[in-house]
This record gives sequence, structure tokens and C-alpha cells, in this order.
Amino acid sequence: MSTETVAVHAEPLEEASSTLKPVNLKFPITYAVMAMVALGVFALFSPAGAVTRFRLGAPTDFIEIPLAEVPAAPTNWVLGAALAALAVLAFVRAYQRKRLGRWHPVLFGVLFVAAFLVWAGADRGAVIPLVTMLTGALALSVPLIFGAMCGLVGERTGVINIAIEGQLLAGAFLAAVAASVFVNAYVGLVAAPIAGALVGALLVVFAVKYQVNQIIVGVVLNVLVIGLTSFLFSTVLTQNSQLWNARQQLPRLPVPVLSEIPIIGPVLFNQTILVYLMYVIVALLYVFLFRSRWGLRVRAVGEHPKAADTVGINVNRTRTINVIFAGAIAGLGGAFFTVGQGLAFGQEMSAGQGFIALAAMILGRWNPLGAMFAALLFGFSTSLGNTLSTIGTPVPSEVLLMLPYIITIFAVAGFVGRVRPPAANGEPYVK
Amino acid sequence: MKLQLKGVTKRFGTFTANDQIDLTVEPGEIHALLGENGAGKSTLMNTIYGLYSPDEGQILLDDQPVTFNGPGDAVAAGIGMVHQHFMLIPVFTVTESVVLGYEPTKAAGILNFEQARQKVLEISSRFGFDVDPDARVEDLPVGAQQRVEIIKALSREAKVLILDEPTAVLTPQETDELIAIMRQLKEAGTSIVFITHKLREVRAIADRITVIRRGKVVGEATPQSTETKLASLMVGRQVSLTTDKEPGQTGEVSLTVDDLTVLDSAGKIVLDHVSLDIRRGEILAVAGVDGNGQTELSEAILGIRHAASGTITLDGQDLKKLTVKERLAAGLGFVPEDRSTDGVIAGFSITENFVLDMYDRAPYAKGVVMQHQAMREAAEKQTARFDVRMGTVDDPISTLSGGNQQKVVLAREMSRDLRLFVASQPTRGLDVGSIEFVHRTIIEERDKGTPCLVISTELDEVLNLADRIAVMYRGRIVGIVPADTSRDVLGLMMAGVPAEEAQEQAAAHQTALGEADELAEEKEQA
Repeated sequence: MSTETVAVHAEPLEEASSTLKPVNLKFPITYAVMAMVALGVFALFSPAGAVTRFRLGAPTDFIEIPLAEVPAAPTNWVLGAALAALAVLAFVRAYQRKRLGRWHPVLFGVLFVAAFLVWAGADRGAVIPLVTMLTGALALSVPLIFGAMCGLVGERTGVINIAIEGQLLAGAFLAAVAASVFVNAYVGLVAAPIAGALVGALLVVFAVKYQVNQIIVGVVLNVLVIGLTSFLFSTVLTQNSQLWNARQQLPRLPVPVLSEIPIIGPVLFNQTILVYLMYVIVALLYVFLFRSRWGLRVRAVGEHPKAADTVGINVNRTRTINVIFAGAIAGLGGAFFTVGQGLAFGQEMSAGQGFIALAAMILGRWNPLGAMFAALLFGFSTSLGNTLSTIGTPVPSEVLLMLPYIITIFAVAGFVGRVRPPAANGEPYVK
Repeated sequence: MKLQLKGVTKRFGTFTANDQIDLTVEPGEIHALLGENGAGKSTLMNTIYGLYSPDEGQILLDDQPVTFNGPGDAVAAGIGMVHQHFMLIPVFTVTESVVLGYEPTKAAGILNFEQARQKVLEISSRFGFDVDPDARVEDLPVGAQQRVEIIKALSREAKVLILDEPTAVLTPQETDELIAIMRQLKEAGTSIVFITHKLREVRAIADRITVIRRGKVVGEATPQSTETKLASLMVGRQVSLTTDKEPGQTGEVSLTVDDLTVLDSAGKIVLDHVSLDIRRGEILAVAGVDGNGQTELSEAILGIRHAASGTITLDGQDLKKLTVKERLAAGLGFVPEDRSTDGVIAGFSITENFVLDMYDRAPYAKGVVMQHQAMREAAEKQTARFDVRMGTVDDPISTLSGGNQQKVVLAREMSRDLRLFVASQPTRGLDVGSIEFVHRTIIEERDKGTPCLVISTELDEVLNLADRIAVMYRGRIVGIVPADTSRDVLGLMMAGVPAEEAQEQAAAHQTALGEADELAEEKEQA
């Protein structure tokens, strides 16, 4: 036997030598443009001697935290210089054909947002409410995170779920109705996942059993849910809104000690049970997707269903169960629109969040933690737009409200690097 | 364990893939199932493995009739299968791939990775496999992936192991190692069903041979039968296994590839400073295991893949400056490696497929108007010349068999005046008759003075066609050697051993197949 020849195989294919690999300047140029905006607009146009004030405390804080005041122009020159330095670093690393750490975009983003806030709030008289802004960001992220978890469980098994929007809406509807009828917000929490799961079950019937194009089924389901809820809203709910659509709110349950932490305490740990459930679901999905038998099988079915079949895994059953389960997660997320915020049901109140959730899933690379951070980013950008339009800024509020969607387009276009969806995503399995 | 099939029949619609198959595999026996592509071997094995349920007939294990409702049942009964296209998940680690479906778990369904790793290590050391349990499957060479598949089967206590075309992706030396593994398993009492269409291998390792043709068992044979006898049983008529060809009348150098480097989208080198030239009237065959840069070489010459550096010159003309369309118009004939995805458009008619790369030129177009009559006439003429078996040229091409589809592709490419002919895997998946035809056609093209580049992972094909052989390994050309180089030397070169060293090593260790060949030759002479 000639074992010596086999040893040659072991080395991995080598990286291209430095002279051949194309230099990728996409990111450095973006950073450079943003740094120039920071210096040329935020620093140069900050009025001399103006100050920007931030409120770091929450109204409910035990200890009052004083307002933070920073001199606008000097602060922005410093921040602008730091951003320029980071951009230069990006160019240097690009020409060396080396990668930058993940800290780089995060630090760049934080500094840029800070510079923007200092400029926008300079000499306005108004105070930038930091905690309120962050609380708003989390609140806007909650349905996105639930939706993204639903999307990634489905796509990890190979079923594209465009119907997240419909599942959120169905969850919101049933939560409101159930909570109203039983006069108990928690009943809404039980009902919401059922609504989402039912929409998931419809998706399964058409996408898995009858192998209809999954994108088309998803779109049709969205239209169906919008139509159905709007119909019931205008015929039943508005006839006797006291019985069917009375507002119910989940109480806030501050976590002892943790909720006392300045800034992040009130943001993260003074929430309803729905938000705490969300933390648990994200953590469990992260652990179970990559470490458990369930996760291994789910990923196998989404990557190579035939291979899963040959080891005795029932592909279509796995898909069916998990898509319905994922629907329940999205339905639960939908409850946030109504009982989570103490609102009555309103027509089309999910307002496209299900689609943004899909974008968060892609930006987070089908990873629960990644998708959560992506959803938080989207939530933050919306919250930023809301805050700035209330304090009044030099930028028109319409432009700011476009922000999350611009970020979404860049995210989905793969600007953040190569994304690799599950290999069998969207492909029905036929023996 | 003894495996017995009685009258197993499997139909797909009106097509009978397996017709009354009887087969007995004794414990500890290596039983070869020999048949052409499309003879129904894989269908039969998928039936045994529970992927299909038979329409008629019985499967017996140790004389007990069994029915399988899925592969899970078959595995539980002690049947293991290594599929021709490996059933591994590229992004999984070796350990994850092996335990999938049979995962050892701790509380709450959390995987017990440590126990799983130990199992992989234990089996892999028992048979002397060198497999890293934490490596990602997609990073492993095919030989190692195959060993992962075998570990997977063994970890489930397989008593009957089905190997479906296991040597299709291996170098001769890797094949040799596989043969050693099979013998070891046989010693341990495992029954092996070995599916192949390669006669040499069957004779070297099988204890018994069953030949199937068009879904029926047509005979049994022993390893002592001659190759010619096995071939005629398999094909159903006398066949010549080698194509007779005169040495080519080579002219001046026509195609020159110099220092060509190609990167994939992730920036990895897939073609590494490749240089070669082909003369007029010469066939340069490129040998190598699948995925060593051959596809990228052909695609760079066609122009659908960007070359990072280097030049491609045809008769003094720089091809890199031309678009794909201009290259085709300049006389490049191209047969892609995957007929079904790149060669034909399944829903189009034979005529439409025939003009795919000439539809906008005279005589098939006048201005913006397509000339259907001219297209049909040309298609009819060429398909007759290439002996395409079909209804009419208006039928969708998907109604043709693989061999006839490939003939349409060849007819299309060769109906133009060519200055260069490039063919990737020209006979993949074809039956012996079609292979003969394709080979003869390529040699005719060569004899017209066209330089030909033929890329093939089948050594038989390379040896049949080549005037010279270039061997590729990991994007590099290991060496360009004469056409009479031995299989063992080529095999070593396919694993990256330079030509001279390969000569020495091959002289020192002969492979089992090489030995069998020599024995057979001696017998024939005696």
C-alpha cells in the first residue's frame, strides 16, 4: 500500500498570494466618506460654543443622574479625527489584504452615531433622552427579534418563510381578542402563538406537502392574514370593541437589583414577561441549534435533505414540526404589538416588520445571536429617527425615517460580507 | 449476514428500472454488481436501503423476509450504504456527520460530542483511517470523505455494506487503499455489495459477479472471466473497449496557455500558474481527480471565468481580450462538463438547442428574424450525421437519453469550423455504445487538424484519447507525460507526486489492480 501518497492530501488549499488577490476598497471608501461627513458636517457646522445635553437617567431612577453636557464643536473634532483614523486603518489593512477585527465596524458605528447626536442636539435647548431612546430601540426590536427567530428556524430546515409578517399580525390580533375577552393580558400571550402556528401550518401544507413555490405561498398568506384580520376588525371588533378589542397590558416586572443599574438597567430589566421570554428564546435557540440533537437534525435537513433521509431522518416531518413551531414564536412576537404595549388591535399594525425581521435574519447570518443584534440595530435606527424628529434637527425627519430601510437594503444586498444561507433553503424535498 | 433478493421489481411510471431481480450475497463475500450507467444498479441498491419500496418481490436477511419503510429501518437491520454522491453535509464536522441520526445525547437532547468523537476515533483507528474527527467535511479530499461514509456505516454496526460506484472519484492509489479496506472488512465478516461499471476492479476484488442490463440480471460470472466476456455480458453485444486511432499528424502550436492563474470568489487559488500548449491535430488530455482545477481551466479558456494573470493565445490571437461570444465566433468549440445544467436547455426543442450558440448568425438569422426552416434543416442534417436517436427535431431535448443529448451537444459544437475544441467529461454518465461514438467523433475532429483539449476524470478515457497527458493536482499541472504512461504512474501524479518520482514509486509498489492486469496479460499470452 502506498500510504505516503495520501499524506499529500492533508494540506488545505492555499490562500492566493498577496499580489493576486484583488484589493477590496468597498469598506475603506465607505468609512472614508462617513469620516468626511463627520468632519465636514458634524464638526464644521457645530456652532461655536454650543453645548449638547444628554439625559442619562430614566424618570423612574432611584438616584437622579445629572444631565451630561458636552461642548459640541470640540467633541466633534475629536470624534471626527478618531473616525478618520479608523478609516485610514481600514485602507492600510485593505492594501495589506488583511482582515479587520469585528470591533472596527462596531466602534466606527458608535463614534459616528455619537458625533451625529452631538451635532444634531447642539444649541437646541432640548435634551437628548438617551435612556428613552434606548428603551424605544428595544421596544421596536422585540417583534423583529421574534420574527427573525421564526425565520431562521424555518430556513435552517430549508423552508423560506415570507409569511412572518402575517404571523406577527395574526399573533397581534388573537392576543388582543383573547386578552380582551378574558380581561387578562396573559391569556393573550397564550393565544398569540396559536395564531402564528396556524399560519405556519398553512405554509407547511402548501410549501412542504404540495411543494408550491415558498415565496409565493408566503406572500399569499400575508395578504390572507391582512384581509382576514381587517375583515374581522371592521365587522366584529368595531361593533363591540368593549368586549372584543379592549386594551389590556402586560405589567412591567422589574428584575430586582439588575433594573437598578444605571442606563442599561431600566432599558433591559424593567420589562414585561414577553421581553424576558424573548431573551430566553434567543439563548435557548442559540444553544440548541448548535449543540443539540434537534439542532443537528434541523441543520442537516436544511443543508442536505437527502443525506438526512439516508440516515433515517424524516425530512418533511422535521420541516413541518419546526415551521409550525417557528410560527408560534412569530405569533408570540406579534403579541407585543397589542398586549405587550397595552394597545388595542389596529388594521395592518405589523406595518412591514415581518420583512425587516427577514432582513435581520440575513444580516445575522441565520444565527440567533447575530439576528438579534441585527434586529437591535434596526430598532435603534428607527428609535434614533423618532427621537431626532421630536427634538427637531437640521435633518428632515422623513430622511431619518428612511434610515432603517436604507440600512436594510445594504444589509440584504450582502454589503456586510458574504452570507451563506442553508444549502437547501427553499427547495421542496421530493423522494 | 446473508442478503437475498427474490424477484425484486421496481417501476417508475411505465419504466421498469428493476425487473424480477434475484441476487444472493453470502456472509463475508464481496459481490460485484456490474452494469452500465442506467442499467438499474443504483435503483436496486436504493431499494435494498429502504429509499424505494419494491413493487414486487422480497428482500431476505438471513432467510427472514424484511420490509423497510425507510433507510432508518434498513440501517437498524444492519445494512450500510456508501452512496455514489456522498451523503455528507458539507458544513458539518466529521463527528457531526457520523452521528447524525444516531446521536449520543446528554440531558435535554444536548449532544454528547466527547462520546461521539471517541467513537469516530475508535473506528478510524481500528481500520487505520487517518481522519480528523473535528475537520469540516467540505475541507476534506474525496478519498477522506469516502472514509467518513464508511465510518458512518460501520458505526451503525453494518453487516452488509453497499458501495455504489466507490472508485469513481478516487485515484488508482486511493482505489488500492479502498480495496485493502474492503478486504479487511470481509475478513471481519462483513458482506459487501460493490456496484461498478469498471471491469478491471471487478476482476481484481470480487468473489462473485452479477451482471445486470436494462434492469434484468443477465448472468453471473467469476473473477476469472476475461474483460471482453464481461463487457459483452454488460453491453449485450461484442464491444471494443479501446478506440483504435492512428498517431496524430501534428502541426504547429495552436493554443498556448501561459502562466494562467484563476482565483475563486473567496480569493483562493484554483488554477495555479498553469502553462500548456496544444498543437494542431493533437489531443491533450487532462487527467486528475474531480475538483483539482480542471473545470476552472476549461472555463477560463471559454471566458466565463476571469483569469487573474497569465495569457491564453490561440493562433497568435489573445483570447483574454475577447468576450465569450467572440471566442465562440473565433472557432472555439466547447462541451461543458455538466450536460444538463450547462450543455442543453431541457425545455427547448432539439432544434433550438442545436443553434444555442449560433442563433443570431446566418443562415439561422436574417437581421432580427430567426430562420426556422434553416434551423430545422441544419438540425436534421447534423442529428442524422451524429446518429441521434429521437422522434423529431421539434421534441424537447429532455425526452432524449443522456447519450443522445450529448450527441446533440457535440453536433452543435462540431457543426462550425473549429480552431480549438475543448471538452469536459465528454462521456460522463453515458453507455458504452455512446462512449465509443463520442470518442471516435473527437478523434475525427483531431484528424481534421483541430487542437483538442479533453478533460476527464476517467483514466480509461484519458488513455483512450490522449496524444499527450497533462495531470492536474490542486490547480497545478503536475506534469505533462506521453500517452503510454502507466496507470500507476498517472495515479500517483493525480495525488501530486511529480512525474519522475511517480515513476520510481510506481516501480517499487504496484497496485492490486496493476498486479491483476499483469496476471491477466500473462494468462492471455499463455
